[in-house]
Parts: sequence; C-alpha cells; structure tokens
Amino acid sequence: MTRSSDTHGSPRNDGNQHNGSSHDGGNAVDSLRALLAPTIDTRGNLREIILIPLAAVFMALLIGALIMMATSVEPHIILRSFVAMADGSVGSLNAISETLTASIPLVLAGLGIGLAFRAGLFNIGAEGQMVVGGLMAAVVSFSVTGLPMALHLPLVLVSGLLVGGLYAAIAGFLRAATGAHEVISTIMLNLISIRLLDYLLRQPFIQKEGRSDPISKAVLETAELPRLLSFIDPNLRLHFGLFLMLGAVILIYWLLYRSKLGFAFRISGENPDAARYAGIRAGLTIVIAMAIAGGLAGLAGAAQVTGVLGRATPGFTAGIGFDAIAVALLGRSHPVGILLAGVLFGALEAGGRQMQVDAGVSIDMISIIQALIIIFVAAPLLVKRIMPFLFADRPKEDADHG
Amino acid sequence: MNIELRGISKRFGSVQANRNISLDIRASEVLGLLGENGAGKSTLMNVLSGLYQPDSGDILIDGTPVRFDGPGDSIAAGIGMVHQHFMLVPVFSVVENVILGVEPTGSADFLDLAAARDQVQAINARYGMDVPSDVLIEDLPVGIQQRVEILKVLFRSADVLILDEPTAVLTPQEVEAFFGIVRALRDAGKAIVFITHKLHEIIEIADKVSVLRQGEIVGGGVPSEFSEADLAEMMVGRPVSFSVGRGTATPGEDVLDLRDVTLVDASLEVRLHQIAMSVRAGEIVGIAGVQGNGQTELVEAITGLAPVASGQVMFAGTDITASSVRQRHCMGIAHIPEDRQKSGMVSAFTVAENMVLNSYYDDSVARGVQIDWHRAEEQAAAACLKFDVRTPSVFLDAGGLSGGNQQKMVVARELERGVRLVVASQPTRGVDVGSIEFIHKQLVACRDAGNAVLIISSELDEILDLSDRIYVMYEGQITAEFDNSSSQADRGAIGLAMAGANRTAAA
Ligand SMILES: Nc1ncnc2c1ncn2[C@@H]1O[C@H](COP(=O)(O)OP(=O)(O)OP(=O)(O)O)[C@@H](O)[C@H]1O
Ligand SMILES: [Mg+2]
Repeated sequence: MTRSSDTHGSPRNDGNQHNGSSHDGGNAVDSLRALLAPTIDTRGNLREIILIPLAAVFMALLIGALIMMATSVEPHIILRSFVAMADGSVGSLNAISETLTASIPLVLAGLGIGLAFRAGLFNIGAEGQMVVGGLMAAVVSFSVTGLPMALHLPLVLVSGLLVGGLYAAIAGFLRAATGAHEVISTIMLNLISIRLLDYLLRQPFIQKEGRSDPISKAVLETAELPRLLSFIDPNLRLHFGLFLMLGAVILIYWLLYRSKLGFAFRISGENPDAARYAGIRAGLTIVIAMAIAGGLAGLAGAAQVTGVLGRATPGFTAGIGFDAIAVALLGRSHPVGILLAGVLFGALEAGGRQMQVDAGVSIDMISIIQALIIIFVAAPLLVKRIMPFLFADRPKEDADHG
Repeated sequence: MNIELRGISKRFGSVQANRNISLDIRASEVLGLLGENGAGKSTLMNVLSGLYQPDSGDILIDGTPVRFDGPGDSIAAGIGMVHQHFMLVPVFSVVENVILGVEPTGSADFLDLAAARDQVQAINARYGMDVPSDVLIEDLPVGIQQRVEILKVLFRSADVLILDEPTAVLTPQEVEAFFGIVRALRDAGKAIVFITHKLHEIIEIADKVSVLRQGEIVGGGVPSEFSEADLAEMMVGRPVSFSVGRGTATPGEDVLDLRDVTLVDASLEVRLHQIAMSVRAGEIVGIAGVQGNGQTELVEAITGLAPVASGQVMFAGTDITASSVRQRHCMGIAHIPEDRQKSGMVSAFTVAENMVLNSYYDDSVARGVQIDWHRAEEQAAAACLKFDVRTPSVFLDAGGLSGGNQQKMVVARELERGVRLVVASQPTRGVDVGSIEFIHKQLVACRDAGNAVLIISSELDEILDLSDRIYVMYEGQITAEFDNSSSQADRGAIGLAMAGANRTAAA
C-alpha cells in the first residue's frame, strides 16, 4: 500500500467501526452504508503526499546554503540570496506574475508526462514535442494572415497541440508496433527536433527577413496570447496561458479519474496483464496516451512562443521539457500535484533570476536546488529517516499481501 | 527452537486483524493454522516474520522476548516465511535465487558460486527436494518453484518455517511430494507453521491445529480428534456442507462450441490440438486434467486472449473466432482468471474500481465517455455484501484484502454481470470452505438460470461435485468425456484418463 489510488469522494472521518467481518450481523442496509462510507485510511497517505515535498524543499534549500558556504560564499550573501529568491518569486506583483508565467509551460508539459506515466509510459520527449509544437505554432502565427484573433489564436494553439501530439505518437506507434522502448525513441526524437528546428529556422518562409542567423518571423498580433495584467502595468508578462494551464489541470483530472479512457490508461499503467484480460487494447492505449502527452507539450511550446517569446529561436524551449519531468515526478503524476509542483518550479525559476541579479549567485545554484528536491522526493524513506518527527505516529504497513 | 506468541494484536484502520492471539510453535511439530478468509492468518504470520509490528503482545523465542523491526531480524533469529506469492527472480537460476542477499564470498570478496551450489545441493539432498541448481526459475513448474522458496529459507538456516497457503497452487501430485518434504523437515527438528484452506491436508500433515475466526483463536487441538466437518464448523461458526445439492440439469442449445480448434504458441509449439467440445445452456461442464495440459490455452482460445491457428470458436451460433476480448465480453462471456493477482485485479486500485475493471465502458456504469462512479460504488457494495467480500469499505485498496477475499471480489465481479457463459478457472483457489460452498451454489444458480458454465480446476473433487459433463484434457487434446449428470462419473477412469491412458484412442 504505497500509493493512494486517487478516488472520487473525499476522505472523511466517519468513525466507522465496522470491522469487516460482520456482514452477516446487522441489517443489509446498514452494511451497505458502511461499505460506501468514505474511509479514514487515506488520511495518512494524504499527509505524506503533502509533507514529503515540503520537507524536501526545506532540506534542498538547506543543502543549497551549505554548498554555497562550501564554495566560500559569505554568509550574508547567502542570506541575501535567499531573500532575493523570496523577493523574486513572491515578493511583488511582478514577481508573482513571473512565477506564474514560468510555471505555465512547466505545468502543461508536466501534465502530459504525468498522464503518460499513469499509463505506464516514460515520456522523456516533452522537450522535442515542445519544439515541434512551438515551431508549428510560430509558423501558423505569422503565415496565416487576415484572421481575427478569435480564430487565429485558437488555430495557432491547436496546430501546436496537434503537431506535438503527432510527434509523440510516433514514439507510441513504435512502441506498440515494434516494442521499441519509448524512453529511447523519445530521446532520439528530441535530438531530431533540435536539428530540425535549426534547419527550418533558416528556411526562407520561416526565417525573419533580412537576418542571417536562425530566427523566425515574429508572431502576428492576432496570434499573441493576451497579457492579463497589462491594465496595471504593461510590463507584467502573465498571459492568458494561465487559463489554458488551469483548464488543462481540470481536464486531465477529469480524464484520469472520471472518464472511461483515463480508467483504461490507469489499468494499463498499473497492471498491463489485467488490462489485457479486461479487453483493453494495449497498442491503441499506448498511442493515444503518448499523443495526449505530446499534445500537452506541444501546447506548452505554443504558449511559450505566442505568450512570452513572440518568435521561435534555437533552443527556445530552454530545457523546460526536461524540467517538466521533474515537475511530474514531484507532483506524483497527479494533476493537482503537478500544478503545485509546477508553480514551485516556476517560483524557483523566477526567484533564481532575482538571486543572480541581487546577490550575484549563479543561477546554476537553482538547478542544484531543483535537483536536490527531486532526489529527496524520489527517496521518501530518506526524508523520513532525516525528519522522523514529521511522520512519527504512522505505522508502517507496506508489504505485499496475500 | 520453540516460539511463543503472547497476546498479539494488530489493527489496520478499522479492521482488527489480530486480537490478543497466543500461540505455541514447537520444534519437530507441524502446526496447522485454519481460518476463514480474512481471519488474520497471514497477518499473524507477517507479525512473526517481522514484516508487521504488532500493536501489542510479545514474541518469545525459547522463553526470551524478542523484537523484530523488519524481516531481516526474524531471519537472523531463525524464522523464515514462504509467502503465497513467490518472490523469485524469474531470469535467475535456482542457486542465484537462493543466495540472493546472502551471497557467500570466497577470498577477496568475490562471489563463490561453486561453494553456494554445494551448500544448496547438500540441503537438497538432506530433505529430498530434488531441485536442479542451474535451471532458470521461469523454466520450472510451480511445484518446484515452491521448493526453491523453501530452499531459500533453509539456506538462511531457519529453524522455524512459515508456509502461507503453499498448497493452493499445487497439483495433487505435487502436494504429496510437498508433504514428503514437510515431514523430512519436521523430523529434522524444524518447527513448521502450515496455513491451508484444505481441511484434509490439516488432518493428514499437522500435529496440532489452531483455528482463527475474526482475528481470535477459537479452538484447536490434535487434528486426528476432529472430523473435517468439526473443523469447518469451528472456522465458520456454522455447519458447512461440502457438496452442493445440484438438481438435474436441463441442457438446451449449444452456447459454446469449439470446432477442431488448434492453438500454437509463440515458440511454435502446438498447445491445443483439434479440440472439439461444447457447453450447452443450463449445463456445467468441467475440464479435468493435470495442470499444464492445455487448460490455460483452452481458456485463452475461448476468451480471445490468444488467437487460434485453425478451427472455429462458436458462441450462441455466431462465429467469434476473430472477435476481440472486449467483443466477447460484450456478447456475454465472463472469465474468472486462474491467477487473480496477476491478471484479475489491480492491487493499487480500490475495491470499487476493481469491481468495474472490465465493465467500466458498459452502460451499466458508464454515461457517455464518463464513468458514473457513484453507481459503480453502489453496485460494488451490493456485490461485496452478496458474495461476502470482507472489506470495511469499497474505497480501500484491493491489495489490502486477504487473499481469499480478493478471489471472492473477482468471482463476484464476473458472476454479477449477467452473462450467458461463465469460464471459471480455479474459481475457489485460496477461498475458505464456507465461501467455496457459496461460490459453488452461485455457479449452480447461474446454470439453473439457463446459462452455460465451464469450470477448469485442478481439484478433481470440485469438478466431480459441480459438473454435469466432464472432459479430460491431456497434452493439448480432449482424450475422454464423462457423463456426470445423474450418477457420479467413475473417479478411477477419470484419473486414468488424466494420466494419459486414453491418449492413443483419441489421437
Ligand atoms: N496491509 C493491509 N492493509 C489493510 N488491511 C489489511 C492488510 N493486511 C490485512 N488486512 C486486513 O486484515 C484482515 C486479515 O487479513 P489476513 O490477510 O491476515 O487474512 P487471512 O486469514 O490470511 O485470509 P485468507 O485466507 O483470505 O488469506 C483482513 O480483513 C484484511 O482486509
Ligand atoms: Mg492469507
């Protein structure tokens, strides 16, 4: 019993003392009611889901400070860098706007990775899917002209989504048809996408007029994701992608825990053999799950191009597709967890930039802290060993059972 | 080595799995442990093997209290457990599996496989286990894999062996051989705890028996002083009838009809050879045979899990040879798989989720593209009540159910669907006597409602008790057919056919 399998219905304490061995006694209606009463047993799990990431963040920051000390950064600089980090991530309206802006592509791509993971697939290819999706969005955004925004922008986003989805579906298809493992094929597709981007950015119909370096034409105004806070200050970059992100969280939650398709994904991910016996077609499931994952990554790329960058350039994805793997992991592949983890990583990103400016500490420090968080989250036992007091009254009951 | 358990209690959430249990386990003795599904047998033994920590109570070894914080501690103290679900690495050889985690090293800390092999051979010879050392686990039959588990425990010099339902997966022949080993172990001074749901096994092998009900010891003594009926009543708290009253069948049309079905596996071996058989509406047909003679493949051919090489599978007059698993499901074929944990359920899902594992797409629980979980949960709760699946709630992970309750959950799911053909593979594996009686009654009720039932079981008694007609399978062929409707078929003749006597006649 290591994972909480997420269910419908919230865990509540009901003081139900039905001991599981007395169906014969009492009347049937009572027994039915007892069986359907929400259980208390998931509470421990819930606590662990919240506490472990928090403890992980805390320990990662602590070790980050130690590393800075080891590289002989003055204590007051360390202190200042943490202040800067807080300041740059949540310290002002601009900081919050930056945090959320950075979290949008992380959460979108992370949702795809998490969904694939629930279906038993390791999608390492979000980066490449973002590249092709973002590039496609860029192309549609400047080559289709004369449309009103209400048509143009959705068209741009959908084309990014579709291309990302198709690109990931290649890996899904290879897995389903030939057994080629998706980890290998998505890594290869990442490499291909990067070269493809470099190549296409020099093609006349994409390259900005009069430039010799690889850079695309600019996104037309009708295809820009509107900024949300420009009425307060035109420099606030938070854009409409925020709603795409929140919508995607809800949609993926619904897909995984309410829809038929999502249930089939989860069965396939937890027990492929049982899925086969239940009549779920493995190949089709793999292709669809990969396509949805890639679609979300493609959308992340499109949102980045049309909401923040305004054009495609080499390396415009900036490793977000890889950070999103960490986000999915930290969020335990649960949509809400991914949202929280994405915002946390967005905050680290935004805070890290401030830290560099204010305290002169390298932004690489942020990468180290992110990596440490992942290590601690991936090793919950380590966290429990280091901070046993947080988990004290939790009996351990994990062992396979039969 | 003698062990005393004193007042052990263990609680999971709202379930009191063990309540103040005291038990003596003595050297040179086989202690049989009986109890209904969910009575707390596995839990108690998991406490003894250090996997769970008791909420209260003590474990005393030769009078000294001990504390186990993990399985490592109990192994070090000389207690070894063989779990019902094997924990072997399939692609490792026998020796490699046995030494895993306690690898003997020679000079310079290198693995000394030769020394290990010698030690394994010595244990092998001492207890007459007859296990080859260098064969890969995946190439061994279940009965031998079980012995590898025992070897593992002995290799760690255990003096106390806990065997949790070891015979559930064994053929009757393998059980005999297994008992030989248990006797040898006992005579060598080992203490053995043996859990089973088969009462005659307790009477045959145990020196003492203790019976658990709802987490408490409710009786025990010397098995020879009890009849099977006494033991069953002590377990369940009411008299249990061992054979269902089965009225005469009134078979109708063919529901399932196999026409010369041949099945070839991935390595191009012929697994089913020209099988011709039928199951009619209102009839229970049993497949008797020693495990591994094509029963698994027969089920795969009927349920659509494996394609057939030639021949036709007819269902209610339609050719379904090319239909998918899902299509056959929808047409009304239910399937109780032989290995519940591997293919019949998802341990990390709730009971409610497991109850709709293969019907979630169906109008009974789905609305459009959504699953109506409230409806699914209500149906699950009703099915749990009807089939006595003991769980405090349908929202708990199915992995937390006791083994027998997991089985009942799968059976309930398949029988509650309202189908025309039930294919039941080992439907009562790991289930207690009271529940066996219940499941058997349900299968008969299913027949009496005009459905076709096909039962595959390694228990000949189960086949004889339920079937109206019996086919015997041997080496991928049907070698004999017996009528079992009005009077019971000749057990001896079936046994001979199972051993291959009719082979030439049919080929
Ligand atoms: N890890 C666990 N988490 C939650 N509940 C558990 C766990 N293990 C056992 N239980 C509960 O404790 C009770 C006793 O289970 P146990 O497995 O000991 O029964 P058993 O006697 O071995 O039954 P069976 O004959 O079916 O194997 C059951 O009600 C079961 O649901
Ligand atoms: Mg058990």
